[in-house]
Amino acid sequence: MSKKTLFDKVWDSHVVSQVEEGPSVLYIDRHLVHEVTSPQAFAGLDKRGIKVFRPGQTFATPDHNVPTKDQHLTIHDELSRSQVEKLTQNCQNHGVTLFGLNHPYQGVVHVVGPELGITLPGSTMVCGDSHTSTHGAFGAVAFGVGTSEVEMVLATQCIMQPKPKKMKIEVNGTLGKGVTAKDIALYIISKITTAGGTGYFIEYTGSAITNLTMEGRMTLCNLSIESGARGGMIAPDETTFSYVKGREYAPKGADWDKALAYWKTLKTDDGAEFDKVYNFDAADITPMITYGTNPGMGIKITESIPSGADLADTNKNTFMKALQYMGLEGGTKMVGRKVDYVFLGSCTNGRIEDFRAFASFVKGKRKAADTVVWLVPGSKQVEKQCKDEGIDKILEEAGFELRQPGCSACLAMNDDKVPEGKYAVATSNRNFEGRQGPGSRTFLASPLTAAAAAVTGVITDPRELL
Amino acid sequence: MSIDKFVTLESTAIPMPIENVDTDQIIPARFLKATTREGFGENLFRDWRYDKGGSKIPGFVLNDSKYSGKILVGGKNFGSGSSREHAAWAIYDHGFKVVVSSFFADIFKANALNNGLLPVQVSDAFLSKLFSEIEKNPQTKIKVDLENQTITILSTGESEKFDINKYKKTCLLNGYDDIDYLLSMKDKIEVFEKTR
Ligand code: SF4
Repeated sequence: MSKKTLFDKVWDSHVVSQVEEGPSVLYIDRHLVHEVTSPQAFAGLDKRGIKVFRPGQTFATPDHNVPTKDQHLTIHDELSRSQVEKLTQNCQNHGVTLFGLNHPYQGVVHVVGPELGITLPGSTMVCGDSHTSTHGAFGAVAFGVGTSEVEMVLATQCIMQPKPKKMKIEVNGTLGKGVTAKDIALYIISKITTAGGTGYFIEYTGSAITNLTMEGRMTLCNLSIESGARGGMIAPDETTFSYVKGREYAPKGADWDKALAYWKTLKTDDGAEFDKVYNFDAADITPMITYGTNPGMGIKITESIPSGADLADTNKNTFMKALQYMGLEGGTKMVGRKVDYVFLGSCTNGRIEDFRAFASFVKGKRKAADTVVWLVPGSKQVEKQCKDEGIDKILEEAGFELRQPGCSACLAMNDDKVPEGKYAVATSNRNFEGRQGPGSRTFLASPLTAAAAAVTGVITDPRELL
Repeated sequence: MSIDKFVTLESTAIPMPIENVDTDQIIPARFLKATTREGFGENLFRDWRYDKGGSKIPGFVLNDSKYSGKILVGGKNFGSGSSREHAAWAIYDHGFKVVVSSFFADIFKANALNNGLLPVQVSDAFLSKLFSEIEKNPQTKIKVDLENQTITILSTGESEKFDINKYKKTCLLNGYDDIDYLLSMKDKIEVFEKTR
């Protein structure tokens, strides 16, 4: 029997048929839908006069456009409101489960899926959103697709995909104090670049990975796409099983036992081959921060911005363009720079653990006077948990306010926009030009680094305040 | 439903020698609020093309009357970032039929192909040549031949082969789309569901 990787096992068991010298017809177990990338797909179905093929396998929630305050009122931006309404109509017409605005399960698709047990080990999962890679944390083959593919899944529960190559990224050792899953991810991307993973599906292994909580694993897999990889996955283990058990849509009773027995087989066989392998040492990783306009432009928070002197011409132009946009100079330090905005949230770091980390850091400290801080839970459930655990009170005492769930300043489709020229420390995933609002300047970092900036008003190494 | 057929194209090209052009630049998120596929071309490269007041930014290639054509030549790692298919729609809607780069992000490539926009991946050396020829003479004609999988600079005769998945090539040459194909497989999909 040939040796298989975790990825092979899950992928191969979902191939309905194989087009000669072409893509696989891949069966999709679970499909997540949000308001921005789905209307044209539903319209396609309506035009063909067909219904969603397996409505029970698609789950929808509005997240990209929603306001993070006063969600009980109507959305005042007309276009946003019409997209959210369109989603509601489409779900009704096609019998798709919707966690609409104000529903106790609403939230960012990639936060909602796992916390409801929609995301399961060994499954295939897609969404019209590149950060679908998040769900790989459970040992699922999960990746983002375009709207045409959303339509394919709605119509047939399948998509046409060439099988990607396989990459293994192994991180061994123990993470230092104040170093988080986000820092591992930013470190890896700074090493392999934003194109290093293109064409690959990553498996993360090693003791630094298996020691992560499910929240940490999700943060890491979430950022796989920022290295260009379609997805990243981690073999399911006891941490995974105990997270999944008992969740709303997870299997129960005898179904659970059967599923569990199968999930335990989901490991890369000894001797299975990868097309590419990287090894990193956890001891080399410290809190990270980005200085440029793609997530690969990251450094250790204590380091200076590179000068770019050693880059070839075309790279140099791109590099200088990024620094110019950011209003930064090569060779200068990041620490101590003024921060105008802080954003805690998104499918990368908007989970309960991120709020716990932020709250325990700021407890007994005060919010910096001149810094605007947006704390946006990833879902209604995270918001509720923050209240149940008294996190909202700790935050209030330190001068902060908890907002309502949505993508918010991650991509600024709602009102949460960082103004032109202002600097934001964000726990989200993209520092592209204008990502957080036209002219906004983003430094990506962990929730701890965000918390350190939120209390000092400047970029601060969180380890100094721990 | 189907996509437009693509067989060959001869056109001048618009050069954009910038690396890592991400889909947030191609079409910023605030323009993703439409519920149809049309009209995104207007906001293609919005923040590079127009200033805050909505006036054209001189010097940006799409505003430079020197350049025109149905081929967009971009720097390495074109289309990274968000999976928004709106990026491919915007490029196509603006009138491009081909995007050339030395490296494409996966999802962008798939989205482009699903919309009849042909991504042509060339070597770094050929890409530099394209940029320098277009810069020398913006009227430089480029020919893209899908059947033979070649891209040629007509004035110099320099040519390179490009790769494309055989299935996708057939789709483009004939204007088929994946949904038609998948719908024709429904029975097989149902059998698969029962046997697992
Ligand atoms: S939080 Fe950001 S990255 Fe995540 S789904 Fe929303 S917009 Fe996309």
